[in-house]
Amino acid sequence: MNIANMDWYPLWNSLRVAAISTVIIFFSGIYAAWYIAKLPRFLKGILDVILTLPLVLPPTVVGFFLLKLLGPYSAIGKFFIDTANTRLVMEWYSAIFASVVVAFPLMYRTARGAFEGFDKDLQYAGQTLGMSNTKIFWKIVIPTTSQGILAGTVLAFARALGEYGATSMISGYTPGKTATISTTVYQLWRTGNDAQAYLWVAINVAISTVVLLAINSLESRNSNKIAAVEMER
Amino acid sequence: MLRVNFRKQLNNFELKVNFEADSEVLGILGPSGCGKSMTLKCIAGIEKPDSGTIELDGLTLFDSNKRINLSPQNRRLGYLFQHYALFPSMTVEQNLLAGIRPEDQATSQKDIAEIIKMMKLEGLEKKKPQFLSGGQRQRVALGRILLNKPKILMLDEPTAALDQYLKWQVQLELVELFERWQKTILLVTHNREEIFQLCESVSVLTEGVNEPKQSVTSLFEAPQSLSAGILAGCRNFSRIEILDLPAGLFKAVDWGLVLQSPKLTADAINCGAYSHNFKLLKPEDSAAINQISLKCHYNFSNGAIASLVCSPLGQEASNDAILYLEIDSSTPNLPQSGESFNASLPPENIIFFKD
Repeated sequence: MNIANMDWYPLWNSLRVAAISTVIIFFSGIYAAWYIAKLPRFLKGILDVILTLPLVLPPTVVGFFLLKLLGPYSAIGKFFIDTANTRLVMEWYSAIFASVVVAFPLMYRTARGAFEGFDKDLQYAGQTLGMSNTKIFWKIVIPTTSQGILAGTVLAFARALGEYGATSMISGYTPGKTATISTTVYQLWRTGNDAQAYLWVAINVAISTVVLLAINSLESRNSNKIAAVEMER
Repeated sequence: MLRVNFRKQLNNFELKVNFEADSEVLGILGPSGCGKSMTLKCIAGIEKPDSGTIELDGLTLFDSNKRINLSPQNRRLGYLFQHYALFPSMTVEQNLLAGIRPEDQATSQKDIAEIIKMMKLEGLEKKKPQFLSGGQRQRVALGRILLNKPKILMLDEPTAALDQYLKWQVQLELVELFERWQKTILLVTHNREEIFQLCESVSVLTEGVNEPKQSVTSLFEAPQSLSAGILAGCRNFSRIEILDLPAGLFKAVDWGLVLQSPKLTADAINCGAYSHNFKLLKPEDSAAINQISLKCHYNFSNGAIASLVCSPLGQEASNDAILYLEIDSSTPNLPQSGESFNASLPPENIIFFKD
């Protein structure tokens, strides 16, 4: 094993895919959580199931759906090939579609939980003071629920980084092109290159551990804060 | 001038509110869940009434026929929420700044300094709300509202979240503020003490319907309904049978007592009496008007006031014939549990209800 000659592309690609996915999930998850919470109960129930489904479905099922939706023979896939000469599948960015769909429910559900615990009077107070609804959302709602939002973001990032099933179906494995850490580990194991596989496993475990430690410290900071408030009372 | 007249269907009843308020402190007194907070929310534009109108100084805030419904942002009403609704992620200073409207930004620095001084918040500017006491939180919330330059002030149970010791101090601060702020102030509460100490006039709200506005003294001396009587603090009630209207003679059926009062009217159905209006008679006293022989079941003495739970003699078995008396603890020969004694109920202190 020669670390100096190692191909670091999978690390870079995995981080890139996870980071872009997290940014997309951050905004769409918050947006969905905020607006779906206000919908009538029936509609809310249906949307809730649809948006949470990728969390419990096998990633291969998600991958299958995505291929059928974005593949070169689908309407959307065809449109992009015809107009922009761009393939939506089997490229490095195809993995973003897979990670976004699979990790989205984590952000959506955590953010919704945070919003449900949000004291509506704060919003009303902002309104009577003349603050615009957008300003209330970004200056009051988000900072007040920041612990939950941050926890959701970190979880979504961790999940996106570890995504394998749907990614391998929609992106495939091309070294230096679409390879991610998870697809590389599988490829190395398949070809009997255990030494390299161990290294990538170690890197993956290290990143995931840091992420989980970050969540834990967020949570304990939160409970310390609550304890401090209780003491005050 | 605030004119409010609207209806809104709630879960268990329909809210029907109709009142006007000038430059005064108007209290809306009602039990929990009677629609008090909903009334304020409708006036503020947070909730939408089903029908009716809300007008402030000639400006229509809401009119169901003309399809006018101004947003809370455009109504300029100061709303003090029950738990003050300070923004937890902001410091005291940032909370105050949040109250300043964009068009007032130019003069804001001077105003903030003034409000910090007026609300005694010096030294707390950089603190987060969670580290403030209840009284300080309320002062920040009021300061934030005043910086917003509202046309009227609305307070939702302003001292309910405070303990007894702080209550007095905060009520005093509110009295000072109200004296300075000569505009309409609406205060909703279930606590008669807040009405008594802070308000000039009061409207009783029960089951979503409000009674006409009256002065605070008249609410306590002559409540207009049984529920108003309960809210005013009256604890003794009885159905009555009129025996001799010109002489003011009637029978308090539940108490099994014949009493007299010059206030008796032909349409009276119930009578009531405040606990503190009963007078203890000494054995050597000559017979008094409305003299009652009572048996004391319990004597709860708490400091200055002794609360006696009694029944008229001969009525001990009846659950309706319970009278609650409050007597000065320093009175000699205070009746103890199990003892019998004589008391009187002055005729002018009996209240009559038409419902």
